[in-house]
Amino acid sequence: MEEDKTFLKVEEINKNFGGVAAIVRVSFSLDKGELLGIIGPNGSGKTTLVNLLTGFVKPDSGTVIYQGRNITGKMPYKIAEVGIARTFQMVKPFYQLSAFKNLIIPLYSSRVKKLRGGKYGDRDDVAIDLLEDVGFERDSFVPYKIASSLPHGYLKRLELARCLALRPDLLILDELFSGMSMSEVASTLPIIEKLNGEGLTIIMVEHRLKELFRIAHRVIALNFGAKIADGPPREMMENEAVKAAYLGSEEED
Amino acid sequence: MLPSIIIYGLVNSVILALIAMGFSLTFGISGVANFAYGGFYIFSGFLVWMLLNYLKFPFILAIIVTIGVVGLLGFVTYWVILLRVRGIPLSEVIATFALGVGILELFRWMGFVTYEFTLPYLKKGMIMIVGVPLDYQRLFIIGIGLALVLFLYFFTHYTRIGLAFRGIAQNERTAISLGIKSDRTAALSLAFGSAMASVAAIVILPLGIISINIGYEVLLVAVAVGIVGGLESVPGILVASLILGYAQIITGTYYKPEWMMVVYLAAIVLVLAIKPSGLFGKFKELEERV
Amino acid sequence: MKFRKERLDRGIKARCEDIFALSSYREILYLMFPRVVPVLILLILPLLQGVIGLYWEKVLMITCVIALLALSWDLMAAVGLISLGQALFFGSGAYITGFLNYTFKLPPILTIPLGTLGGALFSTLLLLPVMRLRGVYFAIVTLTMPLLLARFIETTKILGGTEGMSALSSLPNIWVELYVPVFALLICLFGFRRLINEDYGLVLQGIRDNDRAVMSGAINIYWFKAQAVFIAGIAGAFAGAFMTHYYRFVGMPAFAMDYSILPLTAAVLGGVGTFAGPTIGAFILIPLSELLRAVGTLRVVFYSVILIICVVGLPEGIFHYIRRKYHQFERMVDVG
Repeated sequence: MEEDKTFLKVEEINKNFGGVAAIVRVSFSLDKGELLGIIGPNGSGKTTLVNLLTGFVKPDSGTVIYQGRNITGKMPYKIAEVGIARTFQMVKPFYQLSAFKNLIIPLYSSRVKKLRGGKYGDRDDVAIDLLEDVGFERDSFVPYKIASSLPHGYLKRLELARCLALRPDLLILDELFSGMSMSEVASTLPIIEKLNGEGLTIIMVEHRLKELFRIAHRVIALNFGAKIADGPPREMMENEAVKAAYLGSEEED
Repeated sequence: MLPSIIIYGLVNSVILALIAMGFSLTFGISGVANFAYGGFYIFSGFLVWMLLNYLKFPFILAIIVTIGVVGLLGFVTYWVILLRVRGIPLSEVIATFALGVGILELFRWMGFVTYEFTLPYLKKGMIMIVGVPLDYQRLFIIGIGLALVLFLYFFTHYTRIGLAFRGIAQNERTAISLGIKSDRTAALSLAFGSAMASVAAIVILPLGIISINIGYEVLLVAVAVGIVGGLESVPGILVASLILGYAQIITGTYYKPEWMMVVYLAAIVLVLAIKPSGLFGKFKELEERV
Repeated sequence: MKFRKERLDRGIKARCEDIFALSSYREILYLMFPRVVPVLILLILPLLQGVIGLYWEKVLMITCVIALLALSWDLMAAVGLISLGQALFFGSGAYITGFLNYTFKLPPILTIPLGTLGGALFSTLLLLPVMRLRGVYFAIVTLTMPLLLARFIETTKILGGTEGMSALSSLPNIWVELYVPVFALLICLFGFRRLINEDYGLVLQGIRDNDRAVMSGAINIYWFKAQAVFIAGIAGAFAGAFMTHYYRFVGMPAFAMDYSILPLTAAVLGGVGTFAGPTIGAFILIPLSELLRAVGTLRVVFYSVILIICVVGLPEGIFHYIRRKYHQFERMVDVG
């Protein structure tokens, strides 16, 4: 058997929820450094797919191979440990903690300890640096504010920072831009581009197609749990099946 | 031997099912914690006893009054205690548990602990089935138990109130937006569950004396059956009761009778390790595991 | 004239928010007072035997024991595990200690630490399969554990069965009897508070508030839950181990409902999550219940009532109220 160099390989994943086919025989692969977009109307199974990849839901059948290792159905923390970080659509930070304290927890994990050579730098400083990377103004009070007092856009960026704290090799963003204002999206997009440019492999589930198509290398479209298209962004825009899938459901901007 | 095991196993299973049903209706099906269940069970027994012995009520009247009173007690418990802590499941558990303990220990303090506290059989006498003697009371238990299981199933799947019970457990907001009065439904569910507890008590307690510790055991049984079968599933209750009931009788007959209790512990631990949502439980799985 | 109630931080508290608090005696005293005074009181009480009487000294000891159980409850609650069966820890520690002393004639100085560790280990292992469950279901199973274990002992007649094991070694002297629980209490109280305030404690509370997020942060939440239960188990099992040698007996009553309800009530009364709260709760509840000793088992009814009232009416507990009063003052302000 020749060794498969594909970064991420998803084969024939299936998931049924009590009679409802959420994901039907989805397969795709991902190369290192790619930025893959996942689109589809509401209910097409995008978040379920993310859950399947990250261990929050176990597939009924199929495999997920990551860097040559089979991670199908493993526990979420194990998957995070091998370097896959994901955001949650419904942002739920630790509300009573300040923004930077929110990051302490992933910084406490054994993965981060290992990556930093076993010795621990000051977690608080690392947290503040991370927040700066995602656009929190460093010399202001914002990183120290309690999470419950931060506006939604900041919370989404906090989610991003939480993922980055893990020093992931694969970043999965589940509708990061939803609920963000135009200017917030405009300031966050370059951050993602930069991360990808530095070599971080990214999967982005998005509804905001305009922004996604600008930075994605390749896009997959889902409808009713099945993959209906797979190709570069400009192909997606011409694809009849994709257009038909979105007709009838409102595009959210 | 075998027919005896089959029949008494069935009786035991139905007893377990009867005990578990009221609890599952409130907690498993409607999502309202009722850990005063054991307290209500014993309270029903003592209430019937007091009505019979102090007020000299006729049996039928005592039964009807008790079921009504306990149902009402459940209803009131919701409004007085649970209303304020609704939605904080742990506070619900603690508050109702405290209520149950309070009721039980109150009776213990009042001295309701001697052998005179028994309930009469519904009808004396017995019949022979396949060479096995079976008294009418146990026959009644089987009959009423199975009838209640059927009733519960149809009630929660086909009647408006029953469906409302299930609705508020699954998604309270949706239920409210569909016009279901969440609080009143929950209170009704508590009332129904408590009433079922009293029905179970009235048929089962005559088999022995009304002992306060039974109150705690009842909770244990209800929980065990719920965990094994899946708290929100009526078929699950039945199957779990059959499994536990027969397991108990078999260990009691071939092993030692005292080991019957250990069956519960083993069953709970086993189920939790393998399939935490129970044999028939479905949607709880996601929430429980992760 | 319309009035509005206003709450302000006391001037001195505002000054104490930073390291500069160390610059003046007044601020230092303000910070130290609520911490040092209770500790001093606790340390001095055992010495006042002549004044208070031996009976109340024994009450002090029992209070410390229950406070330990309440602390262990609070630690588990901090990680999101609500236990209705603290008696599990107490009984496990008690039985292992009793067993070691009865069978192997080991002295208390050995049996108590071994019983503590063994009891904590045993309880943690027993609760391991249950930790995956959501809070409520966990609570239900913890409720049944002590009952089941007591039944198990009753039916299998091991470890003394219904008679228990008696004529165990006693503790050397009254000073040991009083000071050991006091020290254990102080160590656990300040130790747990320290733990919760460190990053480790943040992880634990994170598991309680949002375990999904913690898990996606590459942290094995089940391992951390197990750790928390074990540490809580140490406190609880110690309580049982100690009392075994005080009573010189261990039997099924070691798994009694009292040891589950009392710590729970103390914690809810005092204020969940603060560690100081449950301690205060225990120090209010136990002496009070001793005064009610005359009414026998009605005491349990009394606890139940308090529990219900607290859960429903005063969910934050007494400690929060006291702390608020200490740090803030209220006044009516005229808003015309």
